[in-house]
Amino acid sequence: MTTFLGMPATAPRGVGHLRGDTTFPRAARQALGNEQLRRNLRHATSTIRGKSSRVIAELPDWQELRTAGSAIKADVMSRLPELLEQLEARVTERGGVVHWAADANEANQIVTGLVRATGSDRVIKVKSMATQEIGLNEALEAAGIQPVETDLAELIVQLGNDRPSHILVPAIHRNRTEIRDIFLAAMPGVDPSLTDDPPVLAAAARKYLRETFLSTRVAVSGANFGIAETGTLAVVESEGNGRMCLTLPDTLITVMGIEKVVPTWRDLEVFLQLLPRASTGERMNPYTTMWTGVTPGDGPREFHLVLLDNGRSAVLADEVGRQALHCIRCSACLNVCPVYERTGGHAYGSVYPGPIGAVLSPQLTGVEDNASLPYASSLCGACFDACPVKIDIPSILVHLRNRVPHPPAERAAMRAAAYTMDRPRLYAHAQRAAKLARIAGRRGRGLPPPLSSWTVSRDLPAPPDQTFRDWWASR
Amino acid sequence: MRIALFATCLADTLFPEAAKATVRLLERLGHEVVFPLEQTCCGQMHVNTGYQRDALPLVKRYVSAFSRYDVIVAPSGSCVGSIRHQHAMVAAGQGERGLAARAHDLGSRTYELSELLIDVLRVEDVGAYYPHRVTYHPTCHSLRMIRVGDKPLRLLRRVRGLELVELPAAEQCCGFGGTFAIKNAATSAAMLADKMTAIASTGAEVCTAGDASCLMHIGGGLRRASSGVRTVHLAEILASEA
Ligand code: SF4
Repeated sequence: MTTFLGMPATAPRGVGHLRGDTTFPRAARQALGNEQLRRNLRHATSTIRGKSSRVIAELPDWQELRTAGSAIKADVMSRLPELLEQLEARVTERGGVVHWAADANEANQIVTGLVRATGSDRVIKVKSMATQEIGLNEALEAAGIQPVETDLAELIVQLGNDRPSHILVPAIHRNRTEIRDIFLAAMPGVDPSLTDDPPVLAAAARKYLRETFLSTRVAVSGANFGIAETGTLAVVESEGNGRMCLTLPDTLITVMGIEKVVPTWRDLEVFLQLLPRASTGERMNPYTTMWTGVTPGDGPREFHLVLLDNGRSAVLADEVGRQALHCIRCSACLNVCPVYERTGGHAYGSVYPGPIGAVLSPQLTGVEDNASLPYASSLCGACFDACPVKIDIPSILVHLRNRVPHPPAERAAMRAAAYTMDRPRLYAHAQRAAKLARIAGRRGRGLPPPLSSWTVSRDLPAPPDQTFRDWWASR
Repeated sequence: MRIALFATCLADTLFPEAAKATVRLLERLGHEVVFPLEQTCCGQMHVNTGYQRDALPLVKRYVSAFSRYDVIVAPSGSCVGSIRHQHAMVAAGQGERGLAARAHDLGSRTYELSELLIDVLRVEDVGAYYPHRVTYHPTCHSLRMIRVGDKPLRLLRRVRGLELVELPAAEQCCGFGGTFAIKNAATSAAMLADKMTAIASTGAEVCTAGDASCLMHIGGGLRRASSGVRTVHLAEILASEA
């Protein structure tokens, strides 16, 4: 991988999961045809939306908290190198080892090498967006190491040979009957008389995971926060599986995106209030695990922190787009997005779906590789209102649309429209001509593509007898 | 008061009734309306499709057409949002600092119709009569970009003869989104279908909104489905008389 001096590199092709095989409109059309998927999504997103807005309404200072979260993140981005060096120094002082990974390939190599060195051929994993982003599981498997996801939803996705479709609830597209079928087909040692009762399904997963926790010596995690002041890492989760992974094994390897650093412990106060309420609709998340380096006689004996760039420096270099790095992966924007609710996560082609995915993935990969994503939004603005750290997603979408390579026909049409609209007399002529064209179109030719897609599901308005301009002139 | 009208390209070309109604309404309330002829389009379509460079002349045009007026009104929350939040950005992004400052200033004097009536002209009862069952769709840009809040509802509640019925899931986008309706036609149609179901559930005869664009999309869907519900711009309802 080559890096041009002064030009931050984007995430490399051919590794990880930031690019889809097809464009968003095409993938969305497929998803829209799946009734079951739409029902599952509508039910799940509206349930979380309701819970979340109830607990948010309890806080009198929610808007101030959002402002504080946004300010802390802006501060972090303005002095990222300094904070990361501080984090590295503190982690090292406390007996941890810090590795810097420029991209997905480097990170996968580092982690694979570390696991190999332990002699273990299996790792347990805490649900982590960063390791999904870089395709770590595939890299480990290629090296003969079996990664076992321990988050229940993530396990369902893994056993189903599937891809996650939501940041927080990766198996949101599955219902309980589908989950039972997946367990029966792929879970080692599962009871063949398994029902689709949720407690029964959870018990089956628990039994399988307990055995795995107790017999695996290496764990790989992500991190929600890394505290520069003390070198402490934090993972927040709901099931307790994360805590098992973070405390039981001999070796712990954490892969953290460089944007996850926060300056001080006190900053956590803000995020630990924002995250659960926006995310799961809980007042506090059930498990918060924090660790600082290694502690003799307690917890993992070896700790490695892999700091991952993979395009983040390129995002940071864009003054407007860098806000996307403020994201705390709460998934609130997904749950309020009318586009996500109907198309699901796979349509976005990246591990980051929904509104945040539509702005983050194209920036990490370079917009040419995800050119349809900035258009995967009606710019309704619901995501901006929901975001606990106030990321102005609609503005970033509009900004990125300027950087996308435009289809030549569209470019020509836009140019022509702007030319006409900048000349009032020509514009008035065009208005009358448009009416004529509309009448001609009615006689059977219809509108030319791509405008023809309008009349698939909607009628065109009947043309008025007179434009407003002409009416005004005639009064 | 002397009020300059920005008709918007869509109302001027396809929905002149919305702009005419704005004129009739303001004149009935005793104000003078002027229509600067050099106006055309706010450029939102260009900005939102990724053509900021092509939008720059349109920003310049808007600024030169309206700078000399103290109060400007447009019967479109979406275009007002663009003028208020995008014009200065487009200008500044292309190094036109002076223009950006003037655009920003002009944005603060450009009002959507319900804002003009309630915030500037201080009138809630506009003396309208409209004997129909009506539901109101708060378009995304009116709701979230310029935050008109309940102003349109306050105006509608004072219309004589009008029965206002609440729209379920009103704040969900109708799926228009400008070129989104073309680039992501299937997703847009799915969003529209849900909006039409919600409208039908109210039993309203008329669906109104402050944006001709969303009404064109919703109205086109309703007509295609041969639903009996009509779409009517808020300005037309407020301009109606017995
Ligand atoms: S962009 Fe905001 S709302 Fe969306 S996942 Fe990130 S923090 Fe949450």
